[in-house]
Amino acid sequence: MKKAYLRPLDLARGAVDLSHGGGGRAMQQLIGELFAKAFDNEWLRRGDDGAVLPAPAAGERLVVATDAHVVSPLFFPGGDIGCLAVHGTVNDVAMMGARPLYLAASFILEEGFPLADLARIVASMAAAAREAGVPVVTGDTKVVEKGKGDGIFITTTGVGALPAGRELSGANARPGDAVIVSGTLGDHGMAIMARREGLAFESEIRSDTAALHGLVAAALAAAPGMRVLRDPTRGGLAATLNEIARQSGVGIVLDEKALPVDPQVAAACEFLGLDPLHIANEGKLIAICGADEAEALVAALRAHPLGLQAARVGEVCADERCFVQMKTALGGRRMVDWLAGEQLPRIC
Amino acid sequence: MKYVDEFRDGELARGISAAIAREASPARRYAFMEFCGGHTHAISRYGLADLLPPQVRMIHGPGCPVCVLPIGRIDQAIRLALDEGVTLCTYADTLRVPASAGLTMLRARARGADIRMIYSAAEALDLARREPGRQVVFFAIGFETTTPPTALLVRQAAALGLANFSVLCCHVLTPPAIAAILDAPEARAPGGVALDGFIGPAHVSTVIGSRPYARFAAAYRKPVVIAGFEPLDVMQSILMLVRQVNDGRAEVENEFTRAVTEDGNLKAQALMADVFALRESFEWRGLGVLPRSALRIHERYAAFDAEARFGLAYTPVADHKACECGPILRGVKGPLDCKLFGTVCTPETPMGACMVSSEGACAAHYTYGRVRDASG
Repeated sequence: MKKAYLRPLDLARGAVDLSHGGGGRAMQQLIGELFAKAFDNEWLRRGDDGAVLPAPAAGERLVVATDAHVVSPLFFPGGDIGCLAVHGTVNDVAMMGARPLYLAASFILEEGFPLADLARIVASMAAAAREAGVPVVTGDTKVVEKGKGDGIFITTTGVGALPAGRELSGANARPGDAVIVSGTLGDHGMAIMARREGLAFESEIRSDTAALHGLVAAALAAAPGMRVLRDPTRGGLAATLNEIARQSGVGIVLDEKALPVDPQVAAACEFLGLDPLHIANEGKLIAICGADEAEALVAALRAHPLGLQAARVGEVCADERCFVQMKTALGGRRMVDWLAGEQLPRIC
Repeated sequence: MKYVDEFRDGELARGISAAIAREASPARRYAFMEFCGGHTHAISRYGLADLLPPQVRMIHGPGCPVCVLPIGRIDQAIRLALDEGVTLCTYADTLRVPASAGLTMLRARARGADIRMIYSAAEALDLARREPGRQVVFFAIGFETTTPPTALLVRQAAALGLANFSVLCCHVLTPPAIAAILDAPEARAPGGVALDGFIGPAHVSTVIGSRPYARFAAAYRKPVVIAGFEPLDVMQSILMLVRQVNDGRAEVENEFTRAVTEDGNLKAQALMADVFALRESFEWRGLGVLPRSALRIHERYAAFDAEARFGLAYTPVADHKACECGPILRGVKGPLDCKLFGTVCTPETPMGACMVSSEGACAAHYTYGRVRDASG
């Protein structure tokens, strides 16, 4: 019998149409020629509805985290929605102290979305997953009518293994603990904002999007008594520290002079009237540990390529009001509050 | 950052702080009002209150464009977007200001109004040019600083003959607001607010110059020091005010010489005179109806006046009964004197305008200053 001919996907000029989500041959083709090919691994090759995964080692527990990505623009200096969707979820798993193992991904595509852009995003996502060593083992694709989405939305879910005895939580901070950040603040949000507002600088501000589980492993080795790990994404350092302060029932005092901020990001913030403490990061972590481990932790972070500008920026104190405050460079004091309202929609 | 870090030097700040502490007499009180929201923001963000001795107290003034906008004006803008179907372009700060009927611009947006946040007034004109089928209205607010760009926009629209662009003009003037504060009954009553001097606006003064403040120094015997918005500018101007008070002087001094001249920007002033006319009166939030205190679009540009084009009438709306924005804007009360502050009125759910803009006295205190309050 003659094999049915299927014209290959036109990845140069083609676009997503409703049949790509219709459950028919066109959908199979999109999955086969684009997704399965890019993410290729033993689980996807089976073509089943789900992935069968080995149980974690004895004593280990599973960690699961999920993250939806709606960033606009889809491509920005330093990354795109594809690698961001991998990094975002890998980091959420890593911040629990777990070793990220697998990802699931679901795509909502808008009718008319160029296949060339989709291919570029999927390739970036596959490269990020490979680099992180975390395969995408199952997925789903839906198509919505034109005008009902904005090109592409990607949701990823990550699974990781948490070693016995490791308990990281935002509720663990204690008075006297050191607050450490792994590098400059606000790079991701400002890269997006600069692109949207058409701001030009001497050199481009690039998103810091990166998978942090390697940095986390180095941090945990240097500070085994680690209390809290968090990645300060939306709402920036200010929101994350306020969350931790409230969870732990403590106050936090930052030292403005110690906060690492890239001079171009600082200049852009100045220009737009924004505070770098409120701006999203996608490749930075906040670590809170006992004061005795702080020095070793900063040294370990600085020895890693993703933590070169790590710095000890503050201290946990007793404060039943759970205020995050800052000693300003001028020698005064001020609150570092949550951001009110929405500073920047669709940042990640 | 070059040209910025120099004005945020901690070492210099401590030096000025020590000089203020040395020169301000502990035997008396010094109450200075910073008129501008930009100064309020700088004082709060850099924690400058900690660098002042107890006898020197800063009182927040009404110079926050969003704060002084009365509910009736926000209502007008919302009605344009909801009922007339126009595309309303506005600075982001106005989006959360409470209006009538539980609405804000943000909520009107969720109900289908086409309201867009812009960074620069020019974006509104660009939109009108790109989409001739759309009626675009620019919600023009602010003191003299933001007024010349609006004037330029109207002139450009006229030159282009745009039929789908107009301005809802709510620009207000600084000197009448200062006069209103000094003339307020509270200011004259014994035991009322005794202001010992003003920090004059930075950016406003680059436009209008330092001359308009002379009458406050002469007629009211109040020292005025025009200051830049950087923390060292503010500290230096406070020291200059302390010295004037100690010497018994009441003069207009200019700390912001790097940008402000006596006459201001004559070109901008000419532009404003061409495009705008003085309103007979205008309602301010907190200060009430002030004569000759705001601008409207001049008749010669009537085609670009949204009030004329859409036949808008103005209906004043009273603030929430318990809201103290009025007295706070007059410098008579502070945020902590308001029962709503930090309870039902927060930056997330503001009841009054002072809690909305980051330049508002309540928002500044809530966001930056609460750490100094006796209890949370």
